[in-house]
Amino acid sequence: MLRLLAKSVRQYKKETLLSSLFVAMEVVMEVLIPFFMARLIDRGISAGDMNYILRLGSMLLLFALTSLTFGALSGYFASTASNGFAANLRRDIFAAIQSFAFPNIDRFSSASLVTRLTTDINNLTMAYQAIIRQAVRSVSMAAFSLAMALRTNARVALVFAGVAPLLGFGLIFIAIKAHPFFRRALKTYDKLNNVVQENLQGVRVVKAYAREAEEEQKFGHISAEVYRRFSAGQKRVAFNMPLIQLSTYACILLISWLGAGRIAAGGMSTGELMSMFAYTMQILMNLMMLSIVFVQIIIARSSAQRAAEVLREQPSLRSPAHPLTQVRDGSVEFREVDFSYVNDESKLCLAGANLAIAAGETIGILGGTGSSKTSLVQLIPRLYDVTRGAVLVGGADVRNYDIEALRGAVAMVLQKNVLFSGTIAENLRWGNPEATDAQLREACRLAQADEFIMGFPEGYNTHIEEGGTNVSGGQRQRLCIARALLKRPKILILDDSTSAVDTKTDALIRQAFREVIPGTTKLIIAQRVTSVMDADRIVVMDGGRIHAVGTHEQLLQSNGIYREIYQTQVQGGGDFDE
Amino acid sequence: MNKNGVIRRLLAVMTGKYKAELLLVLLFILVSTFANVAGSFFIQRLIDTDIPLALQTGSFSGLLRVIAVMAAVYLAGVVCTFLYNRMMVSVSQGVQKTIRDNLFQHMQRLPIRYFDIHTHGDIMSRFTNDNDTLREFFSMSLPQLISSLATILTVTVVMLLLSPVLTLIVFVFMLATLAASRRLSVTAAKLFRQQQAAVGDLNGYIREMIQGQKVIKVFCHEQETLAGFDEKNAALQTFGEKANQRTNMLMPIVMNIGGAQYVATAALGGLLALHGLGGVTLGLIAAFLTLSRTFSAPIGQISAQVNAVTMALAGAGRIFGLMDEPPEADEGYVTLVNARLVDGHLTETAERTGLWAWKHPHSDGSVTYTELRGDVCFDDVDFGYSEEKLALRNVSLYARPGQKIAFVGATGAGKTTITNLINRFYDIADGKIRYDGININKIKKADLRRSLGIVLQDTHLFTGTIADNIRYGRLGATDEEVRAAAKTANADGFIRRLPEGYDTMLSSDGGSLSGGQRQLIAIARAAVANPPVMILDEATSSIDTRTEAIVQRGMDALMEGRTVFVIAHRLSTVKNADVILVLEQGRIIERGSHSDLIAAHGKYWQLYTGKLG
Repeated sequence: MLRLLAKSVRQYKKETLLSSLFVAMEVVMEVLIPFFMARLIDRGISAGDMNYILRLGSMLLLFALTSLTFGALSGYFASTASNGFAANLRRDIFAAIQSFAFPNIDRFSSASLVTRLTTDINNLTMAYQAIIRQAVRSVSMAAFSLAMALRTNARVALVFAGVAPLLGFGLIFIAIKAHPFFRRALKTYDKLNNVVQENLQGVRVVKAYAREAEEEQKFGHISAEVYRRFSAGQKRVAFNMPLIQLSTYACILLISWLGAGRIAAGGMSTGELMSMFAYTMQILMNLMMLSIVFVQIIIARSSAQRAAEVLREQPSLRSPAHPLTQVRDGSVEFREVDFSYVNDESKLCLAGANLAIAAGETIGILGGTGSSKTSLVQLIPRLYDVTRGAVLVGGADVRNYDIEALRGAVAMVLQKNVLFSGTIAENLRWGNPEATDAQLREACRLAQADEFIMGFPEGYNTHIEEGGTNVSGGQRQRLCIARALLKRPKILILDDSTSAVDTKTDALIRQAFREVIPGTTKLIIAQRVTSVMDADRIVVMDGGRIHAVGTHEQLLQSNGIYREIYQTQVQGGGDFDE
Repeated sequence: MNKNGVIRRLLAVMTGKYKAELLLVLLFILVSTFANVAGSFFIQRLIDTDIPLALQTGSFSGLLRVIAVMAAVYLAGVVCTFLYNRMMVSVSQGVQKTIRDNLFQHMQRLPIRYFDIHTHGDIMSRFTNDNDTLREFFSMSLPQLISSLATILTVTVVMLLLSPVLTLIVFVFMLATLAASRRLSVTAAKLFRQQQAAVGDLNGYIREMIQGQKVIKVFCHEQETLAGFDEKNAALQTFGEKANQRTNMLMPIVMNIGGAQYVATAALGGLLALHGLGGVTLGLIAAFLTLSRTFSAPIGQISAQVNAVTMALAGAGRIFGLMDEPPEADEGYVTLVNARLVDGHLTETAERTGLWAWKHPHSDGSVTYTELRGDVCFDDVDFGYSEEKLALRNVSLYARPGQKIAFVGATGAGKTTITNLINRFYDIADGKIRYDGININKIKKADLRRSLGIVLQDTHLFTGTIADNIRYGRLGATDEEVRAAAKTANADGFIRRLPEGYDTMLSSDGGSLSGGQRQLIAIARAAVANPPVMILDEATSSIDTRTEAIVQRGMDALMEGRTVFVIAHRLSTVKNADVILVLEQGRIIERGSHSDLIAAHGKYWQLYTGKLG
């Protein structure tokens, strides 16, 4: 996992190393200061040598300045390295998502992908920087200080050998004990946010049923749980400070006692004793810093797992090695097609589908909710692969095409369609980046969108908000159809794409299709009978099977389901549309 | 709200419940700091008196005694440190819980209008981002700030007592530290704002693209999407790197100025001691040096916390801002009670009788009861979502108990608006709405809403089982009643086919169900409430026409004997209404039964025939 993530360091290896190097050099300078301080006191102050004090004093000031420079340089490089690493990793994950096929996308919720690209990357960046700078600093600081303490007086320094490991283990023990509480607390926190989110989305339901008190109770309950779990974690962390103080004080007292003995025996000077105190602080403080880094690493571990999960995910659909790049025509054929979203033959949502569609034909598809209308058509642009059987486009199996070439020839307007923030023209050019303004207008005229677009003060330059919320549902659908038309596809699939368009406009769109793009194969999924009535043939889907295929007249005569739909809709009236 | 106001309010919340704890915390901090500082005196004594004495006399018993005393003082310090850390946990978590709970309670009481103007994301961030910064503040910054300040204060006093001259040196260096960190944080703050903007920009792009990922695939637009990403990613990298560089420099600067100060103190102290000036001794220098270390560490800590504190105060300001929003006003006093007929008179009763009455207390102390029948009447009502533009004008309508009233018209004609006024999601600007003859302003909102069953245009389900979701309509409903309601709505069939049946857990707004199934559950939820008045706002729009025909039968059963307001664009739903109202731009332009309106050859006729033509 770590090796996988480390790949994203790439061009920032140099900065990473420099950052660690400079921080180590900073540490050397910082540790040397107490060492020479001992001399300043013993040879300067105790001996009354003013010159020595001044000389050594200014030298030590220079040390401090150098140390500052090294520290700042380390900070500079650490920032470049960690932000560079973050940018690379973010790009790697985003690029991995872009390579995902539909089945991959289904496996991850979009919210979880967003979290991976934001929160998880943040955690990882912080951990990365903590490791290359703080951890290096703390480890080398503790090590150098210990070395200097040993050099100053090995016998007295043995105190550290006893206290430091105890403190280190203690701090790590606390961190390990506290971490599960925080993890659970954060999960509960997510639950709490979920309640808030639901209450925001369902504020009208809550108010309509006057359930404010119950919702408060629900919230209060989880809020109390958050309180308990965070408190439990924090209470364990509350041992940190006392433990550090205890160790520091113990060291000071032990060093005083042992040091006094050594001084009495003539084996140590007062200045050296003072340096020992300074080393005590440095060693123990850095152990504490190290335990903070340790916690950060624990937190980042689950982020690293989530990030690696995306990086490891293999796109489930790929273009073949020697792909076909030309789609001959718009004919489509389903041969004994079984399909399951989970690739499990016992959970088929489409079974035994056989259907041949000639180029230029218009096919209507009708059926109840869950009858697999969408599943059927999604196989044509190879959004999913069949579980058994084959789907042929232009006479060749879709799996033999270059995916981009196939999807260029098959335009599908998805049921859950999305416009992106940007101008209308920018959105339309998704279909064809080179489209001229005249081509845009032509496509929009076909989709009956030109009129309302020109009605906007800024016409085709009207800005679309994220998700297309500033145009009506029917307008959004027509823009999506126009966008698909700009591909000049050989096959056009509309998956319930005119549900919010009024019946009359819907009819105009179909009329335009008939007159202007007669050569394009058109598959139209609809809820309304009137949307498919005039198709060349109509496919009736029921329970994951093709139930019947025929013209309107044939089906009306021979097919019970079709007749029922027709009667409830047309004879019982239809829609009032806007 | 200004900074001081926010701080004062935070303090008010803290002292409100935890006055005693906070006082104890303060006491413990003082003891703990004192123990820490006493260590410096101890070192001074050790070097100046005890060690030389032990050397002279060869007896270490005096030294041992001093160390023992010191050990006791230190131990007290450690215990106090533990105690205040432990107590701060309860205080800070408790305060956070109080703020969180109050925030939620207040949010619940805000009028619908507030939710119209503010985006969900905006309100959500009070609970997420702003709460997170407060959490950081309370669990990290605040304890550190308190102990840092306490340390600085005590150390300053002691340093002054030991040697005013050396203290001056320490102060000079401290000012240098502050000046340097201030300069850094000013440029850093600007860069941070730019970084935040870049983060927002990139995250917005990521969210939008991930949500539209399938469209990207269909259009093979991956390369373009990556190009857009790279641009924003690079911007974030640049600003992030620069801002981060500034903060990274802060610590080395603070630490090493501290180091320089250490050296300067020692050197100058040494010079003073040599000349016997200012009463400086070797032990005093030693003590002072440890003290000055104790002094510069908290300065570094405080400067590291400045950003966190600023952010927390801004977050708290936004949280308090939401809490200051005026809640939904409810001056109603007429309540809904269970009733029973005794000798032809309505009397109040505790158990559920199926008969409901409005309890109407009068100013003279008398109470009258009016049967809840479902008679709704609009008298010349004007209403606007904003002051400038009226959404409804001169709307008058009446619905007799048991009648079905249908609204027809284009988007924005005001259909949903009318239903929003009946349950008082909004208050009218002019005119009157009466419910069973009572002005609805006099009815307590919760009771008014309990008497109305509403199935909204956008179905919303909560995390919980399907049964829980249906029971939302009436919390006391038995399993049989839930089942019966689901049967009425024709939801029983599909629910029982689910592996876990009624116990199927729903999450993320019932995402695992189809739009139609979710609507059926919402209808069942209204059915279990069994109210005399129903409002159905496009309740069957996501159900395919075949299913709808089946649902329709259930709906007919549901509507039987109730006053029903229905908004639909399917003719079959509207046709058999007692009265159809055609709305256009906030006005009722036609009213009558289906056959009346067809005969009138007006707008309704156009809509009706236009579609078949």
